[in-house]
Amino acid sequence: MDEAQIYARLAEIVAEVFDQDVVPLTSDLRVEDMDGWDSLSHVRFILTIEKSFKIKFLTSEIGTLETVGDLVAAIKSRV
Amino acid sequence: MNPLYVELQWLPRAPKDFSDRLKALGGEGRSLGRELKALASYALDLNQLTRVAKVLKKARTEGESLDPLSPFRLAILGGSTIDLVVPALTASATRYGISLEIIQPSFDQVAQEALTPDSKVNRSKPDAVLIALDYRALPLKLSFGDTEASNATVRGAIAFLRSIQTGIKTNSGSLCIFQTFAPPVESLFGSLDRGLKGSLRNLIDEVNRELAQLVVGSGDALLDVAALAETVGLADWHNPQLWNLAKLSFSDELIPLYSDHVARTVAAIRGKSRKALILDLDNTVWGGVIGDDGLEGIQIAQGDARGEAHLAVQRLALDLRQRGIVLAVSSKNTDEIARVPFERHPEMLLKMDHFAVFQANWNDKATNIQAIAEELSLGLDALVLLDDNPVERGLVRQLLPEVAVPELPEEPAFYARTLAAAGYFEAVTFASEDLQRAEFYQTNAKRAQLLNQVDGVDAYLSSLDMTISFRPFDNIGKTRIVQLINKSNQYNLTTRRYTEPEVAEAQNNPEVFTLQVRLSDVFGDNGMISVVICRRGAADEWEIDTWLMSCRVLGRKVENAVLDHIVEHARAAGIRKLVGIYRPTDRNKLVADHYAKLRFAKTDEDELGASRWELWIEDAQPTAVPMKVISEGFRSLTRDCSEADAQQRAS
Repeated sequence: MDEAQIYARLAEIVAEVFDQDVVPLTSDLRVEDMDGWDSLSHVRFILTIEKSFKIKFLTSEIGTLETVGDLVAAIKSRV
Repeated sequence: MNPLYVELQWLPRAPKDFSDRLKALGGEGRSLGRELKALASYALDLNQLTRVAKVLKKARTEGESLDPLSPFRLAILGGSTIDLVVPALTASATRYGISLEIIQPSFDQVAQEALTPDSKVNRSKPDAVLIALDYRALPLKLSFGDTEASNATVRGAIAFLRSIQTGIKTNSGSLCIFQTFAPPVESLFGSLDRGLKGSLRNLIDEVNRELAQLVVGSGDALLDVAALAETVGLADWHNPQLWNLAKLSFSDELIPLYSDHVARTVAAIRGKSRKALILDLDNTVWGGVIGDDGLEGIQIAQGDARGEAHLAVQRLALDLRQRGIVLAVSSKNTDEIARVPFERHPEMLLKMDHFAVFQANWNDKATNIQAIAEELSLGLDALVLLDDNPVERGLVRQLLPEVAVPELPEEPAFYARTLAAAGYFEAVTFASEDLQRAEFYQTNAKRAQLLNQVDGVDAYLSSLDMTISFRPFDNIGKTRIVQLINKSNQYNLTTRRYTEPEVAEAQNNPEVFTLQVRLSDVFGDNGMISVVICRRGAADEWEIDTWLMSCRVLGRKVENAVLDHIVEHARAAGIRKLVGIYRPTDRNKLVADHYAKLRFAKTDEDELGASRWELWIEDAQPTAVPMKVISEGFRSLTRDCSEADAQQRAS
């Protein structure tokens, strides 16, 4: 799976989790700046990414995933 | 994880255009409540449930009508984070026609909330309070092998739960929903944990048992989370990483399942559980199509893998009926043909008189189901339709959305499980307490009787309440007869294999005496368990060509009953001698002494161990067999025969 595909899938997940329309994502977008973000939806966001890409993040790493770029890099290293 | 449960596979899959449909909800002249219920009736994941809940919450805030959903206020006391679960609960309740309002106190204030009269929960006077505790919230002290300390720990935990119950009752008068506790996966001693007093598993087992006793019959409700967790698997239920990260006491993937279980419990409290099960027939109640395959062709026998799957459906339907669920039939069939298996197939568990309504015709099912609802004076929302045909399911869902129609997997072996998993008939109390009491006494009396009786093998056998039934070979039994003849190895005297035409020949030849034997007992129907073929040897003798029996019924004097029956017919047919043959194989040592035990005399034995035995009919004494004997379908009844003989002699 290349980076563009990861971005596309991630955009769909953002729309689903934060209940909004699908919009393209930029790598420097901070997760907590997304519309509808709160600590609860953040948990759902991480869990949905794990399920969708069939990957598991390490507990220690979850706190470091602050931007879309961080997420894409972490996903890319696993799929 | 098992997809049936995790993915709620009894519900139709979420539509591809879920988002669009969500956005298009409500509007002038439409019922938002009804549309939300329809959307929630798909199998939704956590994100989708959360989005449905958001629409619901917005509508409530804006004072929009949610009719026809019935409002229910549920307070939740939890020791761990349930914030993630709350929206899923609201959305799942919609599925059951309930608009759920959730009252949530701050984290970890369980005892305070229950015991303080003016706490948030008590002040809000909810309809019910869900006590959603995890084992980690209980005061459980390990005390290996120390019975006294262990009992004190269990008492302490129950006292804690009881104080919550009393607090809620006194301060808000609300009903409590208690959860049993899912034990952790990690064992300490290994298997020993289960039996070792004071181990965590042992303590949790005991707390669960006592809690269940405390709740059932108290007017409160029980949500058996321990059973749910065991059903999906404890290792999948508990996710230590999620606990550490978010204090979520079970896996996020199971939130939709858990929420559906909470919702069905709330629905049961509101009296919204379903009351009747409507069964389709072809490929649901039996395998095959009665109109095409005929009575001999449908699959419904014990010992036939496909048939047993459909027997399981029948068994579940019967058990539900015993519980008080009304049964009905809706089938596209010609009425008289559809009735035939119920009236004439010996292995059918369901009979005509189990059904309140029997509809076999060629109308569409929606029309028929509407008629059934009217005939039963039940609302459509009290009905469940079990149908293997996805087309019929879709039609009924479309035209009568109030009727519950579970999706079914391709494999019929999972039909019964899927129906049970859907939880349509969830109950929080057992209907009539008087009935319950009467049954309780009756059952205890019966059990005592049973115990008294079991003082000898014969007495035990009688307590099994066996019924043995004999028929000559016929078309209904043929498939199973051929199967037994070609499959039985151990309890098989001659191990002669016959093809279906050969069996048919034996069936139709008046010179050949045949028996198919069935046995039922208190545990259920064992189906066909023995087959016998006798051929005329010399003028007045029958040679037992084939005698085989299922090993499942060994040691029950079935062989004695079979011999008695052969003798009875032989006598009636003017036979004077039975000849038995034992042909040894490497599998049938079990029956080397079969004829000796039945008091045949050995007349011959060759160097390979094959032996020949005989029994003179006039010497044969019937055995007292501990079972009820039914004999039917024989060309000429024994008595008629002997009377005819007697008349002949007289004239």
